[in-house]
Amino acid sequence: MDKKPDFSLKYLEKKAEWVWKETLKIHQRSPETRVASSLSPIEIFVNLYYGGFLDQDPTNPRWEGRDRCVISKGHGSLCMYPILADLGYFSMEELNNVCKEGGVLGGIPDPVIPGYETINGSLGHGVGVGSGIALAMKRRNMKQQVYVVTGDGELHEGSNWEAFMFAAQHKLDNLTVIVDNNQISMLGPTDEIVSHRNLVEKFEAFGWSTMEVKAGHSVSAVYGALEVSRNNCIEKPKALIINTRKGNRVPGLEGADLSHVTAIDNSLIDQLLETKL
Amino acid sequence: MSDKQLSQPKAMRDSLLESIYKAMLQDSDIFFVTADFGSPVLDKIRRDAGERFINVGIAEQNLINVSAGLALEGFKVFAYAIAPFITMRCFEQIRVNLALLSEVRPMNVNLIGVGAGYSYVVSGPTHQCYEDLTLMRALPNMKIYSPSDQVIAAALPKQCLSNRGIKYLRLDAQVLPIIYQEKTLSFGDGFYEHCHGEDICLIATGYTLHTALKVKEELAALGILIGVIDLFDITGFNLNRLGQILASYKGVVTIEEGFSGKGVWMQWCLIL
Repeated sequence: MDKKPDFSLKYLEKKAEWVWKETLKIHQRSPETRVASSLSPIEIFVNLYYGGFLDQDPTNPRWEGRDRCVISKGHGSLCMYPILADLGYFSMEELNNVCKEGGVLGGIPDPVIPGYETINGSLGHGVGVGSGIALAMKRRNMKQQVYVVTGDGELHEGSNWEAFMFAAQHKLDNLTVIVDNNQISMLGPTDEIVSHRNLVEKFEAFGWSTMEVKAGHSVSAVYGALEVSRNNCIEKPKALIINTRKGNRVPGLEGADLSHVTAIDNSLIDQLLETKL
Repeated sequence: MSDKQLSQPKAMRDSLLESIYKAMLQDSDIFFVTADFGSPVLDKIRRDAGERFINVGIAEQNLINVSAGLALEGFKVFAYAIAPFITMRCFEQIRVNLALLSEVRPMNVNLIGVGAGYSYVVSGPTHQCYEDLTLMRALPNMKIYSPSDQVIAAALPKQCLSNRGIKYLRLDAQVLPIIYQEKTLSFGDGFYEHCHGEDICLIATGYTLHTALKVKEELAALGILIGVIDLFDITGFNLNRLGQILASYKGVVTIEEGFSGKGVWMQWCLIL
């Protein structure tokens, strides 16, 4: 694949806006989808998929030479559906059939969907499996990158920390874990449930090269962090803590404690779809 | 393995690892991953397999997840730990990243659990394992091998490497008498009929084959002839062939280490 990126910051911002609206439309058609946690990682996925960080071939999703993207926060990644459709992994018409009988796109994505590598519904699996993939690629002298996108809530799962130690031990510098740090899990703020305290310090203590992006909904800020991380080769796995807002830009949903399971009114979505960037 | 080597009784674990060791020297696509569990033969793998030997530490969840990742990239993986830990500590990882994922994405991962049943005699209930057959049987796509001696154990790696999928190999930890000869061993039917009896047939698996053969001898001394069958391929045996053999019996008794009403016994209830 041609790795030369064909984009500008304006282009990425427009894509992010389009994905935000398409994600709301999916929720409008299928209210059972988890919309709040799918709005927080939009700038992360837009940068990965449109910003030249993932070299993939939508006509051949299992192409051996692809960069791997393991999406650990499965149900909070429905914003991936419009991205994958737009890139040609499947048709745009599929977006009308999310959670519908006969459709391939479910409420929680799985690898039957072109573009998804693993099963993601159960949390805390992505980092370990991604570490195994990264180790395999090292052993085969492959230069491709492995990205794992997790939520911060799922970092409560101990399996992640087994994998963090493992990846540092084996100097998996082809592995980047991106934490969509929206700071709210199902029943409220993670800080009030079991606090991660300082994630940057935790990752550093586990031997990871770590960066924090405070403005996680700034396309350029996320792009800059990914760019620095890509060029950073110091024999350590890399972590990007991206501070985001659950339910971003949706009144009543953004930052709400129970936003994870909250559905939005149709009329509100109609209003939001009229919003100009 | 030469006949002379096979004639020395050893733990199934060691004969199986010896075969894996030899395969790894020939095939650079084999990975061996352990959760900090060893054996003298494993020391040779550590020494000679180079970067294709990995110890994840005492971390069975990561053992499974890393193995899944390696297998997604085409490596043939052996994952190794004590039986209760590799089946129960990480059951959800096995379910999601092996049993379910292998339905969609091809992989070859072979879980080796050492210490089936009561075989870690002095270690107590944490290290003994009575639930593994029941649990592994419950998972989709999981194939289960339960060898009864070191000769079958030594033959298993070849079987595992040439057949894709996910498998669980449960091994007794003790040094047991040798039952089979390499030349006559066949995986074809997934079971072996040791002797045909009159009214009753015993079906055993793993360690319990040795018990069944003793029972047969004791009953023979009383003039009672029973059949004995060793079921070593728990999920892939030839049901029709076994059914034909069992048709001549009045009763079938299964003998296994586990809790009543589960495991292979339950399988037979369903079949019969």
